[in-house]
This record gives sequence, structure tokens and C-alpha cells, in this order.
Amino acid sequence: MYNTRIRGILIHGNKSYADVSHDIIKPINDKTPLWWWVTAFLATGALFWGVWGFYNTITVGIGEWGLNNNVAWGWAIINFVWWIGIGHAGTAFSIFLLILRQKWRTSINRAAEAMTIFAVMAAGLFPLIHMGRIWDGFFIFPYWNTRGPLWDNFNSPLFWDVVAISTYFMASFAFWYIGMIPDFATIRERTASKIKKKIYGAMSFGWLGNARGWLRFETAALLLGGMAAPLVVSVHSIVSMDFAVSIVPGWHTTIFPPYFVIGAIFSGFGMVLTLMIVMRKMYKFKDYVTDGHLDAIARILTFISLIMGTAYMIELFTAWYSGSEYELFTFMKNRVTGPYQFAYWTMLTCNAIIPQLFWFKKIRKNITIVFIMSIFINIGMWFERYVIVVTSLSRDFLPASWATYEPTITEIAVYAGTMGLFILGVLMFFRFVPTIAISEVKSVLKETTTLKSFTDESH
Amino acid sequence: MEKQYWQSLEEYKELNKPTVLEHKESQPEFSIEGLDESEIKGQSSRRDFLKMLGFSVGTVALVSSCQMPIRKAIPLLNQPEELIPGVPNYYASTFYDGNDYCSVLVKTRENRPIKIEGNDMSKITHGGTSARVQASVLNLYDDARLKDPRKREVETDWKTIDRDMMMKLEDMAKAGQKAILLTSTIISPSTRELIKEFTATYPNIEWVQYDAVSYSAIRKANELHFGQAIIPSYHFCKANVVVSFNADFLGNWLMPVAFTKQFSSNRKLTNGNKKLNRLYQYESRMSLTGANADYRYGIRPSEESAVLMNLYNEIAKATGGQTNGSHTTTVDVKQAANDLLANKGKSLVVSGTNNLQIQLIVNAINHLLENYGETLDLTRPINLKQGKEADMQRIVKEMNTGNIHGLFVYNINPAYDYADAGAFVSGMLKVPFKVAFSETCDETASLCNFVCTTNNYLESWDDAEPIQGSFSFTQPTVRPIFNTRQFQDSLIKWLGLKVDYSTYMEEYWKAMLDQHQEDTGDFTAFWNKFKHDGVIHHDFDKTDQPKFTNQNLSAQKPSKNGFELVLYEKMSIGTGKYTNNPWLLEMPDPITTATWDNYVCVPVRYADENGLEHEDVVKVNGEMELPVIIQAGQPEGTVSIALGYGRTAAGKAGNGVGKNVFPLMNFKGGYYDVAGNTVTIEKVSGKKYPLALTQMHHNMEGRSIVRETTLPKYKENPSSGNEQHLIDDKNNVTLYQKIDYDGIHWGMTIDLTSCTGCANCVIACQAENNVPVIGKDQVRKRRIMHWMRIDRYFSADPENPDVYHMPVMCLHCDNAPCENVCPVAATNHSNEGLNQMAYNRCIGTRYCINNCPYKVRRFNWYEFVNNNKFDYNMNSELGKMVLNPDVIVRQRGVVEKCSLCVQRLQEKKLQAKMENRELVDGEVQTACSQSCPTGAIQFGNLKDENSVVVQNNKEERMYHLLEHLHILPSTSYLTKVRNKEA
Repeated sequence: MYNTRIRGILIHGNKSYADVSHDIIKPINDKTPLWWWVTAFLATGALFWGVWGFYNTITVGIGEWGLNNNVAWGWAIINFVWWIGIGHAGTAFSIFLLILRQKWRTSINRAAEAMTIFAVMAAGLFPLIHMGRIWDGFFIFPYWNTRGPLWDNFNSPLFWDVVAISTYFMASFAFWYIGMIPDFATIRERTASKIKKKIYGAMSFGWLGNARGWLRFETAALLLGGMAAPLVVSVHSIVSMDFAVSIVPGWHTTIFPPYFVIGAIFSGFGMVLTLMIVMRKMYKFKDYVTDGHLDAIARILTFISLIMGTAYMIELFTAWYSGSEYELFTFMKNRVTGPYQFAYWTMLTCNAIIPQLFWFKKIRKNITIVFIMSIFINIGMWFERYVIVVTSLSRDFLPASWATYEPTITEIAVYAGTMGLFILGVLMFFRFVPTIAISEVKSVLKETTTLKSFTDESH
Repeated sequence: MEKQYWQSLEEYKELNKPTVLEHKESQPEFSIEGLDESEIKGQSSRRDFLKMLGFSVGTVALVSSCQMPIRKAIPLLNQPEELIPGVPNYYASTFYDGNDYCSVLVKTRENRPIKIEGNDMSKITHGGTSARVQASVLNLYDDARLKDPRKREVETDWKTIDRDMMMKLEDMAKAGQKAILLTSTIISPSTRELIKEFTATYPNIEWVQYDAVSYSAIRKANELHFGQAIIPSYHFCKANVVVSFNADFLGNWLMPVAFTKQFSSNRKLTNGNKKLNRLYQYESRMSLTGANADYRYGIRPSEESAVLMNLYNEIAKATGGQTNGSHTTTVDVKQAANDLLANKGKSLVVSGTNNLQIQLIVNAINHLLENYGETLDLTRPINLKQGKEADMQRIVKEMNTGNIHGLFVYNINPAYDYADAGAFVSGMLKVPFKVAFSETCDETASLCNFVCTTNNYLESWDDAEPIQGSFSFTQPTVRPIFNTRQFQDSLIKWLGLKVDYSTYMEEYWKAMLDQHQEDTGDFTAFWNKFKHDGVIHHDFDKTDQPKFTNQNLSAQKPSKNGFELVLYEKMSIGTGKYTNNPWLLEMPDPITTATWDNYVCVPVRYADENGLEHEDVVKVNGEMELPVIIQAGQPEGTVSIALGYGRTAAGKAGNGVGKNVFPLMNFKGGYYDVAGNTVTIEKVSGKKYPLALTQMHHNMEGRSIVRETTLPKYKENPSSGNEQHLIDDKNNVTLYQKIDYDGIHWGMTIDLTSCTGCANCVIACQAENNVPVIGKDQVRKRRIMHWMRIDRYFSADPENPDVYHMPVMCLHCDNAPCENVCPVAATNHSNEGLNQMAYNRCIGTRYCINNCPYKVRRFNWYEFVNNNKFDYNMNSELGKMVLNPDVIVRQRGVVEKCSLCVQRLQEKKLQAKMENRELVDGEVQTACSQSCPTGAIQFGNLKDENSVVVQNNKEERMYHLLEHLHILPSTSYLTKVRNKEA
């Protein structure tokens, strides 16, 4: 049982059930604030730039990127893995914290899940655009055809990728959506606009709020949650196999699946932290997303950062222990030292060293520093993928084919475009969907607050 | 039922027979699940009708709105004999462009030449080719070629040209006005005869031969020593020790294809052979020959005569000859001298320097070593390079004084490549009547009143006598594409003869019949055999070498100050005749790996001391700005720059590429030499010039990539240098079942001891497999499309490194890492061991590129065909004629790579099948293995125990590249063995 005296209050501000509904739905019914328009404008600009990047890539060719015949993957794959990693937070939050009975997740899980959806959407664009012949992309699906025994190569990690990511996207989406059904009904009930009533009515699938409804809702959420839990592990494990299954030094590593999953959760939580700090500030949700929440995330990040640091050390150790001159070269002469040492040390500093500052309570309590540090984690995780993808390819087995790689404006545009897509999606989510799971918050409200009406009852 | 009539009883019976169909169960006409009864029976309701109507109208509307461009194919009305569509015809011919000679076979498809292959029957080139020969087929389809003859820069017809010309020739002859016929060296006996006739008819015309890079000092030296101004034949194959001074005989010197063949015949350790020849190279730049030398010494050009004299003195001391005064030099000659003395009569000393002093010493050394009649043959002189500086200087002077009234220029471009081009051009402007016989409107032709457009050699008749007694035939393989006429036909016309040149040639040969018809009695048979074989070789009875008369020898005092410039011909561009050939422009230089430019190669130490970096720009002699490449092995006090660049009238690909350095030739003692001019080098601060190199890292990083050993070590232990193979072989175990191929398992072996890195295979592959040219920017981005590349590494001292060349193409791994990562199975394994690419299936994920440890896979970053951004041969209707119809042209976005010339494998397999026989080893050749002038690349069936590849794989020198990865490549390498003391 949750003990408020030991673990603190989850929802501040002496909220009643009606207050909760009111507070959370308020942004949806209020006039759209100026900062929203400004951000949306910028994000749309980035999105359009990205559309140009896509157009340029598809009509002219992948040659518009900085890749070459030796480094054949670059920003597109880095950003793909980065986004997929960020897309881990939502499901991880909902599932793992649910399993661990962390009640505090209720204020955050909705936003985290939304982030997952948009991040996976952003990520999903990269495998598409990075194909040389996007118009023949459907070849990757195993469909009946008239070409005799021509079938997909089920041995290829890229095929596993397609399956894993589409499954993860669908499962995450269903999980997120089903969780929103009671809240859509709440909006339907509270809105004055007839059009909104119709739309939210349809989106809530005619939710009645009766006991049978709640019973089925809980069951469905539990079932979906149970099914999605392994996906959190599988999707990034499989993404890691894009690298681990190859023979490229620095990629061919058994540590990759757990290392990638942990990294993904790390970056996902980092991004959740960034977004939550913004959200609670803009929508004045400090009572719901409390300092305690941020503190909890910061503690988790510290722990994961330790695992990350361990993984980095193990990689170096394995390279040395393997005795393979190619592995040793990649790690010691091409990452720790050498032309890419900047990227390597940025990664190490941002991911393994900076989060250790969270050991200090003062730092955990200073929201500005926490915000900056969350950005550092996002940068560090981007560099981790950069280090993996670029350093290994640019200097592999035969020194004669060593080449360098630099992104072009088109690649940067594509990345900016996905950033725009993500931010725009999150803004839409802020604007049209209850950003905090009303029903779930209500469900924990009674036992985790010191609200007078509740505490009186318990005596 | 229709009434049936019958004519016989049998027919009646037949008619009344119940039909077979009636016996069968009645079946629907077709059966598809989900169709109802009426549909199966083919009945349709009104609704079906409307559906069909709607669908068909929609389809028609859709289809008709995407119109395909109309392309007409006109069939032949009369099928020519011997022309079967899809089956190539081969014609024996000769590549001779005024500089290089090579006997070739021309592969034609549907009457158009698409590939040049070496002629195996030649006793000189033995089926070898060079990159320039391979690329020459593209010159035929060059957009810069003139389409009509020109009169004062206006296109005209041959009638006008002939009328004007004959009138003018008559006038000049009557007035006794002097005219010059200036040509390249002509090795065709028929053409020489014709020119003789022409100059006899018009005695006012003087015939002068000119070479852009002169070899006249050798002729002069032989004239002084032996009384004959000739170049002897060299027999590198008979020499155990070769000492070469600035003679890049494996690259560009005199007859590189023939010399490479000869030299490499003694660089083989297969079949139990344990002997190698030894090459000492004293040179003033890092040449391909130097890269292959066992001992290489860097010298300044001014040092060469002193070094040679020291060598002469060492040998003279030992043989009791007369020694001469000399100077001390930085390099050692004792070892070379001892080796030479130990191999008297089986050694060879050559020098590529066009300096009489030096060539005299070279002759004297060879004389002391008794090499004449053994490795040098004066009775069979080489006919190439007959130009003399003195003649050229004289006529330039005469032109400038206005004494010359007519100038006929054939097959040369002195307005560009004459060292004193300014004087030549100003002289030309004083000549009132100028005629150029040229394929393109080059620098010289554009100054002429008339341009008589000549045929490409693939459209011409000719003969050639590159070495006295060895003949080679040139026959047209395609009708002249444009309104062109070969030079000889023009002369014949202007002589007023009523024959064409092929008849003229035939008649000339008929007159010479006695000399040639030994084997075949009658002329027609002889003539047909000559046309068929393309070559005739006469074995003379060994005649005595001419007598040696002593000459005074002297050596120059080596200079120590300043930079001495060394100009050189690149393997690709040569003297600049082919600067518009995009294949050659994009061919990586075997030493620098640079494409598309010329540059200044500076010594490593100088660059370190003066803060020069790669791509910095320097001013040569204070005026010419060129980028810098810091070249390992460039001797102290020298810089080198390639000739052939800086053309202004080459064509769209070659114009303005690089800088012209012909004016920097060294003129000394009446000879133009490529080396020895003193220049100043000065850094242009802050300026960079991008260079497109295909390799940026030159160190093997201690990895066992090119494995090497020395001959003594090899004799002791054949596995020496290859110890890693024994370890890796032991580790090569697997849980999986080994793939067993049925009948054929294609494989290749590459002998690094023989390979010289000449890059001929690269261009052969490009021509065979329709590899696109992508331009300098893309090469700089490391996207070169060549299916095979020559990796080049350096080791040891950067100032005089050991150089390694390693051809790398797809190695067709049996356990290919590329195959299992392709999500759509576009790259897969054939049952003959080929790692094949299905371009149509590829979606371009490029995972295979990443997972290929050899990085031999190429991605089509752009549409390289029909794209104005890549305005090379594949963007021109004419240029596309060179494409091999057996090989698909790849689309943007797909990955491609070496297929082991699968089209050739299929062709020969089918042929063997039709003849109902087994494939013979060596019958199937890939483009690279076929054209390799050293025989380093061998191709065959690994299942055939007697094949060359299997024999090679049994050598202890055999290893697979990166074999510890257990990817089981089908291509193996043989260790590089240098003939060095341990």
C-alpha cells in the first residue's frame, strides 16, 4: 500500500476529482496560446524543409547525401536508431512502471506514450527514405508473387527490423489509444462545442463509464500491456542486430541487444524528462507532474547511466580480450583515439559521466539544470549512434578503402524534417488530447494524496 | 451440325470417330477459386458487362495517358552474311596511334566495335593490352570527332576538298614552293610506300616525322656505336638482371605491353619454378617500374650520367675495359654491377633518358656485358619513335622565316605537345596553306585551313611493322560512322590513283610477295590468313650484330641545387592524345591513385620541411599553379608532373583538365628530354585545389593484406610470409555443411609476384561491364564505380618505399556476408559459386556494402545514364554505342559489383553445350584475366583438378584476403616475392 508519509504526495494542490478533469481538459478547451503557434510555425518550417530533403533525395538520388561506397550508412541510420530509442520511453514507462507498481507513472505515461508514437513515426521515415529505390520498397514485404520461388530473405536483420518496428508501432498505438478512450469520453461530456462533441464522441467509441466498460477496459489495457512488454525489449534488440549480425568490427558484438535496449530506455527517459519539464511549465501541471516525478526520473537515469558506462567499458575490454587486431583498432585507435575521438568522448561524457551529477540532490532539485542535462543525454545518445555507425564503416578491414563521411544539407534537412514532424505531433497532442491520463490519475488520487476529504474517510 | 463431305473411306472413318474431348469429363474452361458458376462458364450478367466496360474504359484511359516514346527498329532487308544478332564477331587489327603499338582483336556486336582484346597470336604483345588500348574503343564514339571535312572552319564535302587540294598541290609543285608533310612516326610499310610515292610526285613536299616524347638519342647512340640509327629490340624475357635508369618500361617506355609480357614471364614462381629475374631501378620519380623493382634508388636527373658512368667503370674494371672519369653520387652501384657481371649476356641495362651521353654509356655497358645478340637485338630494330628533334627544329625555323608554303599535319598535335609550341604556332600562322588530317579539331587542326577528317583506327585499313620482320594488320570493323576518310585514301586520291587504300595495300603486299609467302603458296590464301590472324612473324636466320666502335664517354657533374623537374606520361593519358577519353581521365593512377588531374609530386621530406600539405597549390616557375601530392619515393631535389593535361581543344571531357607542361621539357644537346629542367616551387599560401584520389590511406597498418617475402626466404620455406595462412586455415572450421558445387565452381587466382599494377584490367572491366564514368566530384566523394580497383600500399621508408599493388574485385565468397543481410535476397549465390546481383530486385538498402569486408560493392548514387550532370559517354547517343549489349546498364539506386563477367561464362558454357563437350580450362576468361599483360590474374573452374587456378591454389604462397573471417572467397592471392637478398 502506498504510504504518503514515506513516499510523499503524488498529486499536489488538494485536487478533487472534478478539479482533475477540469485542470487537464482545460488546455483543450482554452484558446490556443501564442507559444503554441510560434512553436508550431517553426516545426512546420522544419517539416517543410524535411519535405524538400525527401523530394531531393527521391528525385535526384541518394547521391545527394554524403555517403560513399565505403561508408554506405550515415545520418539516416543514426537518426533512425536515435528516434527508435526515444520511442522506447512510452511503452517502457507504462509497462515496466506498471509492473513495478510505480503509481507516479500515471501523470506521465500518456505523454510518454504519445512521444513514442511520434518518435516511431519519425523513425519509420528513415528506412523508407534511405532506400535507393523507394518505389520498389514493397519488395521487403513477403507477398505472394508471380516470380516463382522469389521470397524475402528471412535471414536479413533488415527484414526483422521491418517486422519489429511495424509491430511495435501498432502495439504502442493501440495501447496508447485504448488508454485514452475514457478521457475522450470525459472531453465529450465537458465540451460545449457540438462539433467537438461529435468528434470526441466517435473517438471514445461510445464510452459509457459503466462498470462493465471499466472492467473490459482494464482487462484490455492489461492484456495489451502484457503483449507490448516484450516488444520494448525485442524492437531495439532487433535494431541492434542490424549491426550485431554483420561482420564489421565495432558492430559484430554480442553485447549489442541489451546495450541497445538500455540505451534506448535511457534516451527515451531523457526525452521524457525534456518534454515533461516543458509541459508542466507551459500548462502549469506542476501539481500533477511534481518535482518528485522529475526526481524519480533523474534517479532512474543515474542508474541507467551506470549501466551505459559499464557497457562502454565492457566493449573496450572485449575488444582487447578478443585479441582481434581489427576490433582493437576500431575501439582503441578509431574511437578512444583517432579522428573520431571527439564523437566518442562526447558520447561517454554525456551518457556516462554527466548523469552522475544526479547523485546530488541539489542538482536533482534544480529544474533548469535537470532540463539542460536531459538535453545532454539526448545529444550523447545521438553521438553513441554516430560513433557506432560511422567510425566502424569509415575505417574497417582494408585501409585502402578507408573513407570519411560528412553529412550534406539534404541529410540535415531530412533530420530537421523528422524533428519538425515530432514536435508538431507533440503539439497536436498537447492541443487536442488530454495530456495526462485523467482516469488513471483519478484512480491513484485517493490513496496517494493528503486531500482532506480522503484522509478523513480513512480514519 | 454442318454437313460433312468425305473423299476417302479413311477420311470418313476419321470424321466419324468420336472426338477425344467427348471422352473427357467436361471441365470448366478455367478454374479459379471464388468464381461462381456463371462466371466459370463464361456467361456474364448485365452487371458484369457494366463492370467490365467501366474497367476497360478506365484501363484504356490510364494506359493511353502514359505514352511510351516511339523508338523505331528497322530490320535489315538483306541479312548480311556472318552477322547473327547477339553473336559477336572478332576481327584482328592493330592499335597504333603514333606512339603505342598493340596487336588486338576487336569484338563487334551487330557491326559495332564494343571491346578491344589482345591478339594472342602476336609474337610481340602476346595477347596483352594496356589501359589506353582498352579504352581506345571509346575514342571511336567520341562526340568531339569531326563529322565532316572542314574548309576554313566550315563543314564541306570531299569533292570540294579534293578539287581545292589537287589544284593547290599542282600550283605549289609548279611554283616549286616548299611544303611539309608532318606526321607521327609511321610504322606502316604500305603507308611509307605511299608517302614515298606522294613525295616523288610532289617533290616540293618534304616528309618529317615527329614524336611528342622523343627517343632520338637512342637512335643517335646506336648510329655512333653501330653505324645504324635504330632502336634495337629488347628481350627482357632473356635477362636475369635488368638495370633500368628512368626507363618506365612497364608503364610507358617504348613498348610497355610487350615489355611487360617479357618481363613478367620471369616473375612467376608457379609450376615449381624457383627463379625470378631481378630489377634494379634508378629513377627520378616513383614510376610503375620503380614500384615493381627489387632494388630501387632515387636519383636526380642530373645524377644519372654519373651513376651510369660509375656502373660502367665497375664493369669495365672487372672486364678489363677502359674506365672513364666520373663523379661521386649518392647511390650505390656495386651491387647492381656485381649482379650484372654474374649474368653476362643475360642482363640488360636500359635508360629512358633522351640524352646522347647517357645512351652512349648504356650501349657501352651492354657491350661490355656482351648483351648484344642476347637480350638486345640490333638486327630486328623497333620501328617506333623515328622522330628527330633536329628536323622539327629546322622546319619550325623555316616556317617562321616564311619559306614554307604548305603544311600537312597527320596524326599529331604539335601546337599542343611540341615543347616550343609557341614557335610552332607562330610559324604555322606564316604558312599560307595548312591541312590537318585529324579525327578531332584539336589545337593544331583548329589552326589549319583544311581539316581532312580521318577515320578512327577501327574504321581504317592499314598494316604495321612495329619490329622489323613482325607485321600486324589493321582492318576496319565498322563503316566510317561519319563523313570521314582515312589519310592514306586522301593521298591516293590526290595522287590521282583510281584505287582505294585497301587495294593499294594489297598490291603493295603482292609486290612484296616473295618475302612473305613462305608458308602459303598463293597470295589470296596468304592475304586471307594475314587478315584472319592479324599478324605475321618472320624468323630471320640469326644475323650477326653490327660491329661496335668505341666512343668517348663522359658524365655530367651532378647538380645539387634547386628542383629538377621530371615530366612523365601517365598510364592513362599518355602524351595527351586521349585527354578527352573519360574512361582514361577517371582511371586511378597506379602510383598516386589520383584521377582527373595532373599535379606536382613533391618529395616527402621537402613537404615536411616546408609545410606543404596534400592539395596545397604551388607555383611552378612562378607562373603555373598546380596542386601538390606528397609522393612517397619522390627523390630529394626532384618534382614530377604528368604530361598530357591542359588541353584546350580536346573535347568537353578533357578541356581545361590540369595544366600543360610540355613547355617545361628539358632541351639539352639537341635533344628534348622529359627530365632535368630546373624549376622553382613556391607555395601559394591559403590556396587549396581539390584532387580526386581513390585511396587516402597508404599504410597496411600491420595487417596481413598483401603478404610478401623475398626469394631466398621463399626458397627456404615456400610458406614464408604466408605463415598466417597456416594458422587461419587451421582455424577455419565450421558446424555447417560445406557447400558442394556440381561441376563448376568458378574461381580466380591473382599472383602478386607477377602483377605490376598497370590498371589495364580496370579499364578492360569498365569496357566489358558498362561501368559508368562519374566525374571528378563524385570520385572525390569516394564513389568511383569501377568494379575492380588496384589497392596500392607503401611500406618501409617513405622516401624510398616498397610499393605493393593488389587488384581487388568481388571475391565471390562462398560464405558471403553480403548475401545474408540483403532483406530482399537481391544478392545470392549461384550453383556455380558466383555471388550474383539481381539488379531488378535490389531496393538499395546498401547493407551489403557495409557488410562486405573488401568494400567492392558499388552503389548507383545517381542516374549515371542519360543525365546531363554526368555528361560523359553514357549521356550521348554516340557514346552509348560502346555499351556491351550483354550487360545491363544499372539504374539509380541499385548496388552493383563484379559478376566475374557472367555473360562470358554463359556464352562459353552454351557454346560448349552446343558442341556437346566439356569446357576446356582457359577457354572462359573474364575481361580482366584475358587482358592481363602479366598473366597475374588467372580464371577457371575450381572443380577441375587440372585447371590453372587449382594448381595455383596448391602453391604454398596461396592465401585468401581476410581469410580469418571465414567467408571463404573463391578468389585467392599468391604472395608477393621480391628478388631481394634477405
